[in-house]
Amino acid sequence: MRALAPFVLLAVLLAAWEIACRTMDVPVYFLPPPTAVGAALLANLPTLVAAAWNTLAVSLIALVAASLIAQALAILTALSPLLDRAVRPLASVVQVTPVVAIAPLVLIWAGLDHPERALVALAVLVAFFPIFSGAVAGLRSADPDLERLFDLYGASRWQRVTRLRLPAAVPFLLEGHKVGAGLALIGAVVAEFGAGSGSVRGLAWLILDAGARLQTDRMIAALVVLGAMGVAVHAVLERIEQAGLRWWRGR
Amino acid sequence: MTLAALTDVVVDYPRGRALGPFSLSLRAGETVALVGPSGCGKSTALRLLAGLEAPTTGRVERTPGRGETAVVFQAPTLAPWLSARANVALPLELAGAADACARADAALARVGLASHETARPAQLSGGMAMRVSIARALVTDPRLLLLDEPFAALDEITRRSLADDVLALWSASKPAIVFVTHNVEEAVYIAARVVVMTRGPGRVAGVFETPGPLPRPPGFRVTPDFRATVEQVSAALAEGIVA
Repeated sequence: MRALAPFVLLAVLLAAWEIACRTMDVPVYFLPPPTAVGAALLANLPTLVAAAWNTLAVSLIALVAASLIAQALAILTALSPLLDRAVRPLASVVQVTPVVAIAPLVLIWAGLDHPERALVALAVLVAFFPIFSGAVAGLRSADPDLERLFDLYGASRWQRVTRLRLPAAVPFLLEGHKVGAGLALIGAVVAEFGAGSGSVRGLAWLILDAGARLQTDRMIAALVVLGAMGVAVHAVLERIEQAGLRWWRGR
Repeated sequence: MTLAALTDVVVDYPRGRALGPFSLSLRAGETVALVGPSGCGKSTALRLLAGLEAPTTGRVERTPGRGETAVVFQAPTLAPWLSARANVALPLELAGAADACARADAALARVGLASHETARPAQLSGGMAMRVSIARALVTDPRLLLLDEPFAALDEITRRSLADDVLALWSASKPAIVFVTHNVEEAVYIAARVVVMTRGPGRVAGVFETPGPLPRPPGFRVTPDFRATVEQVSAALAEGIVA
């Protein structure tokens, strides 16, 4: 019963929407009824899936790139206090700058012929910070007494990072990647909007394109796909995080 | 032969004095207990002996080289992502020893955990995790073994059996042991010499030789000699807290 509750609410809302559209004669270009959205969803399924895949691919590539850059930088800051001082304020600047504000600049740098590079770069910028700050916090989270043991046995800096601090950081890294993946998806969509129509044909492009033609049912269908994709990505990462934590804790 | 010595050491932290002036001399193969109230600087004295910290003033002499000192902390302090075997092998692997796994298994067998090599710390009871921690300390065959309230979080039965285990392990390879505790009975049971500390910043409030052989024979806890020493040490401890 509890598991069904959100679906019941959804069904009630959809029914109310449908009835309101029909009884009040709302123009279809203003607000199409759910049935029309459903029809648009089915009619445009191949385009929608292709667009969703484009957006997803951009965010996955961005997630991998952000993961590598963020972890490498975090390890460097763990190895050298001086680098730590240098890198962390700059990382914060990346975090507080809105991606839409940088988008035009990055699009120019990537060049008109390669808008997909700009999209990846922008999604990387958004996904970078949660992974970096998670890694930095995780690398400092090792038990202080274990750190003392490493002192006692004369461990090198490298041994300390690879044998103690990185493994101790795993729960923080899992959390950072979960948040980072969600943000990479949002970043990819926002960057597509920034790039405007005629660029990579992702979901945002589809929404802009449909909006320009006043095809509201297609717009909402694209939104539905975007929402479903977000939920699916979150669910997958939640699973990965749980499995990773179970492995790390040993139960 | 003196293995390690603290001479008139004082340790000042930004928030105040933590220890001293305090002196302690340790012979090879000797078992010494440090007893004192919470916050008297027992753990600080231990870190000085381990070479993990330097005193503000005073002299620290240590003859054990790198890898010849081992510490057991209040918590088992095991890496949760490693098996019991990998945890015990860690000190050897950091030193680049080739036969780390075999020696780790042997150390685990010595503390009675021969069939738990692949268990993760989360799968072990508190007492078993502490045994793994002791195995990790013993795996390098240290000349100086420092135990910082190792059994504080365990129940009385487990504490007693671990105290016997520590003494049995001590009699096998005779490392010098410094055992920090706030439990007087445990101190008198484990150590040949009990150093009582005042409340912080700790000084020496009294030194007591304990009677009887080490390891302790069965029923030692109810002998009059043992009870009398416990009472003497308790009285000195009470005096040190008031003073």
